[in-house]
Amino acid sequence: MPYSIVAIGTSWGGLLAMSKLLGSLPRDYPIPIVIVQHRGKDSDRLLSQLLQDATELTVCEIEDKDLLEPGKVHVAPANYHALIERGYVSLSIDEPVRYSRPSIDVMFTSAADTYGNEAIGVVLTGANEDGSRGLAHIAKRGGKALIQSPKTAEIPIMPAAAIRAVPTAEVLPLPQLGTRLIELSHDTANALTARRAAL
Amino acid sequence: MVVQVAEAPQTPAAQAAADDSQAFKPDLERIEIELLLEGIFRHYGFDFRSYAYASIRRRLWKRIEEEGLPTISALQEKVLHEPAMMEKLLLDLSINVTAMFRDPNFYVTFREHVVPLLRTYPFIRIWHAGCSTGEEVYSMAILLREEGLYDRSRIYATDINEVVLQRAKAGIFPLERMQEYTDNYIKAGGKRSFSEYYTAKYGGALFDQSLTKNVVFSQHNLVTDRSFSEFNVILCRNVLIYFDKTLQSKVHTLFYDSLVMFGVLVLGSKETLRFMAHEECYQQIAAPEKIFRKVK
Repeated sequence: MPYSIVAIGTSWGGLLAMSKLLGSLPRDYPIPIVIVQHRGKDSDRLLSQLLQDATELTVCEIEDKDLLEPGKVHVAPANYHALIERGYVSLSIDEPVRYSRPSIDVMFTSAADTYGNEAIGVVLTGANEDGSRGLAHIAKRGGKALIQSPKTAEIPIMPAAAIRAVPTAEVLPLPQLGTRLIELSHDTANALTARRAAL
Repeated sequence: MVVQVAEAPQTPAAQAAADDSQAFKPDLERIEIELLLEGIFRHYGFDFRSYAYASIRRRLWKRIEEEGLPTISALQEKVLHEPAMMEKLLLDLSINVTAMFRDPNFYVTFREHVVPLLRTYPFIRIWHAGCSTGEEVYSMAILLREEGLYDRSRIYATDINEVVLQRAKAGIFPLERMQEYTDNYIKAGGKRSFSEYYTAKYGGALFDQSLTKNVVFSQHNLVTDRSFSEFNVILCRNVLIYFDKTLQSKVHTLFYDSLVMFGVLVLGSKETLRFMAHEECYQQIAAPEKIFRKVK
């Protein structure tokens, strides 16, 4: 399956987990990545900068209608929801969902509704249950659900809730999650190469 | 004639899984949504056809779930035959959430970089486009008063929706949000005590009515209506994010035509002028805030 999007959600402990995960992906990782990390409503671009220090991919904080691109990590800005459209991202300031804006559920659900079985959802460490409904929606639409194993998570609440919501999800420790994301990207890489050759 | 039929999956579990993921047809959903929006436009005249798709889809599904309906087509039936349902949906689709002194750093920057420009004008005309329930209009009125500019300013606050304009005029906001707004006000460089601007009344916080002395609230539709004057400042924060790129571009032409030379355009902190027809006619002042000056 040539996947079109990797959607990642995390809260407490997320910076370290994401740094490791993104650090294990190659510079030319072919599937666009979108991240929702819970944070304070006035927090600035520091998160994106810290992530950039940990990865060869290009990290950018999302602005409205930004194009989804291979080799890029798109980080949802503080105090906005990020909604996945086909090929780009729209922002919204609709009410927080389960006290969160950005909400992982909102981002995951839009990824599933836009990309169906071409979406990969990943839930990492976190101290609340945001993301579980969205991940279930990704699975329901035929997409791939991955969860960091709660034992290896700094705070296990978020991954444990995701496992309850999606019992069929693949549950892996952090290093293996990176390997799995690379495996899952092969069809996308081939499709991309073929498209470039055709041009 | 031979009709080819796809082979059935072997196990019941595989069958169920296949049914579930095949039941979802994003293209069919898109057809349903486009038909619904076309129907609403032709029957009621409200034009949501160029709104950001993922956001519209999310709001439509919220309404569908609240009404216990199975599909978007079922909602279409109700909306077209029951005006009361259209009214509900109009609120769902057109109300944008806002807050007083949202993104406090914007107000700090506005005081520092725009207020000195405004001091050079004998009279200041401001258009607050898409003002929703008015929280940001009151915020701007407070800022202008504290900078000694309010008496020579006029704010035209417009929205597509009459219901929210009535609320904006009333100037009563939920008491439980005053703590948050007070924090925002302080971070925004407020010069007084925020509680001086409201009194607890009617179960809410009633704002000082003299703040709206120079405010004109009026219905205006960014999608269909034309420019109605020339302004020194146009504020439109976090409204265009709900539009698709084509409609954004159209509204930016309207803004360009409605600004005086060297007038100021303010967008939300995560909005851009990229790919807009008049991108090169503006200069960004004080990045990262999205405050632009029309220079040609």
